[in-house]
Amino acid sequence: MQQDWRPSCSLQFLRMRADLLHDIRCFFRERSVLEVETPLLGHCTGTDPQLAFFSTEFFSTPQQQRLFLQTSPEFAMKRLLAAGSGSIYQICKAFRNGESGRFHNPEFTLLEWYRVGYTLPQLMDEIEALFAALFVGYGLLASWRMSYQAVFKQYTDLDPLQFSHQAYCAYALANGLPEAVGLCGDNHLLWLDFIFSHKVQPLLGENALCMIYAYPACQASLARISTDNPNTVDRVELFINGIELGNGFYELSDAGEQDRRFTKEMQVRQDNSLPPVSKDQRLLAALAAGLPDCSGIAIGLDRLLMVLAHAKTISETLSFSINRA
Amino acid sequence: MAVYSTNEFRAGLKVMLDNDPCAIIENEFVKPGKGQAFNRVKIRNLKTGRVIERTFKSGESLDGADVVDVEMQFLYNDGEFRHFMVQDTFEQYQADPKIVGDAALWLKDQDFCFVTLWNDAPLAVTPANFVELEIIETDPGVRGDTSGGGGKPAKLVTGAVVRVPLFVQTGEVIKVDTRTGEYISRVKE
Repeated sequence: MQQDWRPSCSLQFLRMRADLLHDIRCFFRERSVLEVETPLLGHCTGTDPQLAFFSTEFFSTPQQQRLFLQTSPEFAMKRLLAAGSGSIYQICKAFRNGESGRFHNPEFTLLEWYRVGYTLPQLMDEIEALFAALFVGYGLLASWRMSYQAVFKQYTDLDPLQFSHQAYCAYALANGLPEAVGLCGDNHLLWLDFIFSHKVQPLLGENALCMIYAYPACQASLARISTDNPNTVDRVELFINGIELGNGFYELSDAGEQDRRFTKEMQVRQDNSLPPVSKDQRLLAALAAGLPDCSGIAIGLDRLLMVLAHAKTISETLSFSINRA
Repeated sequence: MAVYSTNEFRAGLKVMLDNDPCAIIENEFVKPGKGQAFNRVKIRNLKTGRVIERTFKSGESLDGADVVDVEMQFLYNDGEFRHFMVQDTFEQYQADPKIVGDAALWLKDQDFCFVTLWNDAPLAVTPANFVELEIIETDPGVRGDTSGGGGKPAKLVTGAVVRVPLFVQTGEVIKVDTRTGEYISRVKE
């Protein structure tokens, strides 16, 4: 008999997920952060060359318009912030094409929140408080913060801010990753992704919340350049037991700088024959109108459930993973 | 031959890597939220049997390898080569000891086994999961012992040595699991 009608997860996970959503809503209600909803279907999408999108056609006779399933609610939420919403959070689905595996499902659940007036260290304090609340009874041992440069140096003895092709190659050859030499070439960014994914990340946050901050400027994404070091950006990533759980920024609010980053990423898309996208002019207009200083972060809730329940695969936490959807 | 992209790498898929035929064992998708996607792949080199890990950029591809497992009958050993035959077609293949490897310990004339062919030449030999072989040498057992506790070594007609219960005697035929080299039972003639 056909078995794929059954859920991917056990019924226990349905209850755990419901509890998790409840606890998160209580946490933000107590702190007077407003819950919002923004569209999952939008007329634009991000330019990040590493994110592949799903798109669909909107039939609005006599016109036909292409719409994108959102890879993250970031742009819409920033437009709310620019309109004066104050601190906000959202629990929603996000969609990323081609991402499927032990830790990935192309449709997944995000918790994303923005704190007006918060610097990144202040946001990290709140993240710590949230995790302390969510992990009551689950034995999270500690939380620690370390800069990207410090943790990279600790585990590899390489300086992530100073690219040395020779040193990086020597490290790869000595550590069972000879393929990195050909694969990464002289692309500093690629080297960092490769070495961090293989040799640093798996060691981060053993039963503890590990927050890595001050990312190299080449991994800026939508973060501001650090005021104390132009080689790093105010970006933070969260890890528990080697699993990446979230990514946050002291948000870039300079419309001109945002426009330049869009242009740069669109060029990378073109150079790599990736599907072209256009700049989200509504986001740029919102930034020009004035985004209040704020910090924000997105956390993958399916992965958080994996960590809470020591699940081996993301599908164990989903009602129906993509192969049963 | 077909070309396979990293997202088609499944356990068992045969591909060419560094000019050797290989079988995919495991394929893990690794991707930072903001960063390059990789596939960390565990691969067995079918020539050497060695298992290695190799990372690819997602979307990279490898050529497929023309590797098939064919059931054949082991005919005889001429001292230099072992000879096998496909039952349906009577097509014969010969393989040297390097290719037959440890499978030789379980191969008795006329038995069936699997021969892995790469570009129609033998690459490896895998015996049936269970084989029945005669004991040619073992210490006389203790009468009345029926338990498997302890046991003793027994040499089989093919040269393999397995541990058997004390009551099993020279001249008897036993059933062995070739994957573990463990005694399963006696076989009544």
